[in-house]
Amino acid sequence: VKKPYQRKQYWNAPTLTLWERAYLPEILRGLFITSVVFLRNMRSWVTGKKGALTTYYPEETRFDYAPLNRGKHVLTQRPDGKPQCIACNMCATVCPAKVIEIEAGFDPTDTAHPKFPVRFEIDYSRCVFCGLCVEACPEDAIRMAKETPGLPSEDRRQMWLTLDEMLTWNPQRDVAKPYPAAGGVTKIGGAE
Amino acid sequence: MTQDLVVYVVFIAYAVGMLMTFGTLLTWVERKQAAVMSDRIGANRAYVRIPFTQIKLVWLGLFHGIADGIKMLVKEDFKPRTYDWYAYAVAPWVVFTPVLLVFAVIPFGGLLDPGRLFPSLAQWFGGRTYAMQIAQLDAGLLIVFAFSGMTIIGAMLAGWSSANKFSLLGGLRAGSQMISYELVMGLTVLGLILIFGTVDLGSMVQQQSGTVLGVLPAWGVFYQPFAAILFMTAAIAENKRIPFDLPEAESELIAGYYTEYSAMKMGLFMFAEFIEIAIVGALFTTMFLGGYNLPYMSDAGFTLPGGSTIAMSHGAVVVTQLVVFLVKVMLVCSFQILVRWTLPRFRYDQVLAFAWKFMLPLALVNLAVTAVLVWSHQGAPL
Repeated sequence: VKKPYQRKQYWNAPTLTLWERAYLPEILRGLFITSVVFLRNMRSWVTGKKGALTTYYPEETRFDYAPLNRGKHVLTQRPDGKPQCIACNMCATVCPAKVIEIEAGFDPTDTAHPKFPVRFEIDYSRCVFCGLCVEACPEDAIRMAKETPGLPSEDRRQMWLTLDEMLTWNPQRDVAKPYPAAGGVTKIGGAE
Repeated sequence: MTQDLVVYVVFIAYAVGMLMTFGTLLTWVERKQAAVMSDRIGANRAYVRIPFTQIKLVWLGLFHGIADGIKMLVKEDFKPRTYDWYAYAVAPWVVFTPVLLVFAVIPFGGLLDPGRLFPSLAQWFGGRTYAMQIAQLDAGLLIVFAFSGMTIIGAMLAGWSSANKFSLLGGLRAGSQMISYELVMGLTVLGLILIFGTVDLGSMVQQQSGTVLGVLPAWGVFYQPFAAILFMTAAIAENKRIPFDLPEAESELIAGYYTEYSAMKMGLFMFAEFIEIAIVGALFTTMFLGGYNLPYMSDAGFTLPGGSTIAMSHGAVVVTQLVVFLVKVMLVCSFQILVRWTLPRFRYDQVLAFAWKFMLPLALVNLAVTAVLVWSHQGAPL
C-alpha cells in the first residue's frame, strides 16, 4: 500500500526563552558587551598599546605565517653565488598571471649551464601566489619563502621584484643537488 | 536693533558651523568607534602632505572625511531618465534643509548678556539679554516635529521620482516607517510636556536645573525613563539607521530610495543622516539630559542638593554651558553609533509591528500613568 505523500516539515519549535523574547534585556546585554569591548580597546590605545587584532600591512609583519606559506619568491644559488636558474622559461610559461619576465644570457665559459638569466623579474602587483612556478621549475631554482613581499606602493611600476633582490634577500642554496668539487669531472665555469 | 542682528548672526553661524562640524566629524567617529568596537584599527590611510616636504599628516584618519567630500564633489552627477526631473533634483534638499531648520529652536546655552561678557560693549548693548538659541519660539517642540516630519516627503519624493523599482520600494518603506515612528516619538514626548507644562525647549531646560527626590538632578530622564528609551528608539528609526534602515537596506534594495542618486546629491542624503544624528543627540540632551546645564547648575551657578550654592561669573557660565552642551550631544551621538554597530537589522514586517504593537501601546501606557501622576500631584512638586 502506497502511503500518501507527506510533506516534510522544516519547522523547528521556537527555542527562545521568555526572557530572550522580551527583547529589551538581550538588547541591553548586547550593548553592554560591545561597549565593554570598546572601552577595553580604548584603554589599550590610550595607554599606548595596540587595541586591535589587525596587522598593519605592510608596516607590520605577522609572526604566525605557516612554514609552507607561499610568500615572497627566492632564487636558489649555486655554490659560487650565481643563480641556479637556467632561463628555461618553464615558470614564465606555466604562470597563470603571466607575471614572470626572463631575459636569457649565454655564458660559453660555463659548459654545464651556459644559459643563465640576465634579467628575472616578477610583477607583484599581478602575482597570484599560486606556486606553480615553483612546481614547474626543473632545477629547483625558484622557491617561495613564508614571508610576504612587503612591496605595496602607490605606483604599480614600483612593485617588480628583481633578480638582485631575489638573490640577496634570504639567500638559499639548493641542498638537494651536490655539486662536484672544483677540478672535478665537470668543469664549472668561473671561480669556486 | 543692530545689536540683535549681530547677536543672531553669530548664533546662526555658531549653530550651522556646529552642525556641519558634527556632520563631518561623525563620519570619522562612526568609522573609528565601529573599528575599536570590533577589534580593528579603522580608516587611517588618508593623509595631507605638507607641500614641498615628505611630511604626511595622518591624524588618526581624520582626513578621510575630506577625502569622502572631494570624492562626492568630483564624481559624475548621474542623471536617470526620469519622468519627473524636478522632483528628482529637489528631493535631497527637501531631506537636508528641514534637518538644519530643526536646530533653530534647540537652545545651546543659557541666557547671554553680551554687556556683562564684554564690558566695553556694555553701553552699546544697553542691558539686552539673549537666550542662546536661534529662534526663541513658544511652540518649540511643535516646530521640531513639523520640520522633522518634512524629511519624509523628501525620502518619498526621491523614491517616486527616480524611475527605479528599488527606489520606489525604498520610498514606500521610508514613508510607512517614518510616519509610524513619528507618532511614537510624539506620544513619548507628550509625557514630558505634561510634566514641564510647556513645549518651549528653553524653559524645559531651565526647569531641569533643580533636583528631584532630594538628590537626583531634575532631568527628564529621571522623570520619564521609559519615555527616554522609547524616544531614543523612535528617533533612531526616524533617522533610518540600523536596526531600522529598511528604506535603504543594501542587501535587499541596493540603496533604497537613493539608489539613483550619485555624487553630491547622494552626499546630501548621507550628510543629512549624519546631521540628524547630531540633531537627535541635541533633542535628547535638551529634553532628557538637562540640556546645556551640568547637574544642579543654572544660569546663576550651582545649587547643590544640600542647599549650598556656588556662584559663577557670567563668562564662566556661558563657556561651561556651550562646552557641556557639545559634550552631551557627542555622548548621545556616540551611543547611537554604539546601537548602530551592535544590533542586526529588523525584518520589514517586524519594524512596523514593533512600532504599532509594541512601542505605541507602551507610549500610551506611559502617557496615561504620567497623566494620572501629574493630575494627582496638581501643583505640588513631584
